[in-house]
Amino acid sequence: MIDFEFHSPTSLDEAFGLLDQYGDDAQVMSGGTALVLMMKQRLVQPGHVIGLRKIAGLSSIASDGNGAVRVGALCTQRQMETDPLVRQSLPLVADTYSKVATARIRSMSTVGGGLVHGDPNQDPPPTLIALGASVVLSSKGGERVVPVEDLFIDYFETDVQPSEILTSVLIPHAPAGSGAVYTKFLPRTADDYATVSVAAIVDADENNNCRDVRIVLGASGVTPIRAKEAEALLRQRPLTEENIRASAAAVKDAVDPLDDFRGSADYKRQMAEVFTRRAVTQALSLGR
Amino acid sequence: MDHRIRLKVNGTNHDLEVPARRMLVDCLRYDLGLTGTKEGCSVGVCGACTVLVDGQMVASCITLAVTADGADITTVEGLAQDGKLHPVQQAFIDHGGFQCGICTPGQVITAKALLDVNPDPTEEEIKDWMMGNLCRCTGYYGILESVKNAARTSQEAGR
Repeated sequence: MIDFEFHSPTSLDEAFGLLDQYGDDAQVMSGGTALVLMMKQRLVQPGHVIGLRKIAGLSSIASDGNGAVRVGALCTQRQMETDPLVRQSLPLVADTYSKVATARIRSMSTVGGGLVHGDPNQDPPPTLIALGASVVLSSKGGERVVPVEDLFIDYFETDVQPSEILTSVLIPHAPAGSGAVYTKFLPRTADDYATVSVAAIVDADENNNCRDVRIVLGASGVTPIRAKEAEALLRQRPLTEENIRASAAAVKDAVDPLDDFRGSADYKRQMAEVFTRRAVTQALSLGR
Repeated sequence: MDHRIRLKVNGTNHDLEVPARRMLVDCLRYDLGLTGTKEGCSVGVCGACTVLVDGQMVASCITLAVTADGADITTVEGLAQDGKLHPVQQAFIDHGGFQCGICTPGQVITAKALLDVNPDPTEEEIKDWMMGNLCRCTGYYGILESVKNAARTSQEAGR
């Protein structure tokens, strides 16, 4: 393990001061499941690690009164799986977090840390993007709200600036009567990252016409990918098997998977279509 | 620079000075001599190093000891009370829950954590919860039997 200085600020202001002071040589840490591993492997070698755990007020989950749930950045992924408010008002979110790694890792890793990590193979981003969630990025100068859809710039790269700390996530409810699923293709082991994953939310009217739809894929490129062309092929159209097939086929052009030990790029492209079709079909059956 | 930390381990307070890079598993094993906790994969995947920090499971091999400052930690050494094994430990003995034994402390702690939040788990719930604890002898049926029986005996004892 590399050597470094550890700082444990007790307020956000103190943390911003440390970020100011150490600049590029500092890394912010919450649960540490990703950062400690990357430090052990010498993929990142910060001189200063700023632990957020002793900062109060960053681990609550509450309704924001405007139809969304505000989740503190330090909430663990396990909290998202078990919290009564999340389970009741955001069942898709609770289900998605329950599929992350193992119960032990979910007990350690945090909601904010996971997003800032920017790993395109993670489970929560597709679901959060499909729901239209945003993150609050705080800095000494104030805060800005960024849609999760715009948070990911490139492979392990996010829009979070060096002076900023992700402090909370705002997650709106899915439209009333809509159906929502997160499907994760796991051909290797149950605690693996997805080979391909799809979050789908389908809002259909009583005649099975598509009012609105969201299709977002994980593990299919250098960032999570919202399949807007595939969505457009369904929106305001009848949700027939034929239309769903055509929509899923369009996903193959939206994704740009990487070859790795979970499958070749070509295989993942095929599976992106298959799992999109299944996800949309299942979401449709779960609505109303 | 070393950090002064206080850990409450299995009910006893310890004041320690550790460098920031010290992993919790090394702190437990080398600073405190509690060698029950094992290090397997060193990357948080195998579960051998699982301990409870404030009641929550953590992989002590990827946990910085400084981040556990002030925490209440339970290791496998802390499960037996007054010379009597914890029901999970007894069940592992009675139902062949281990072979070579290297994964056993992590399996036992993980099973205890399950029964703490879910005293009467289904077989599927046990499998799902325990999947992050690898047994290189592949003795999973014995482990599953052990956890099932630990749940049963704990419930009977509670009645």
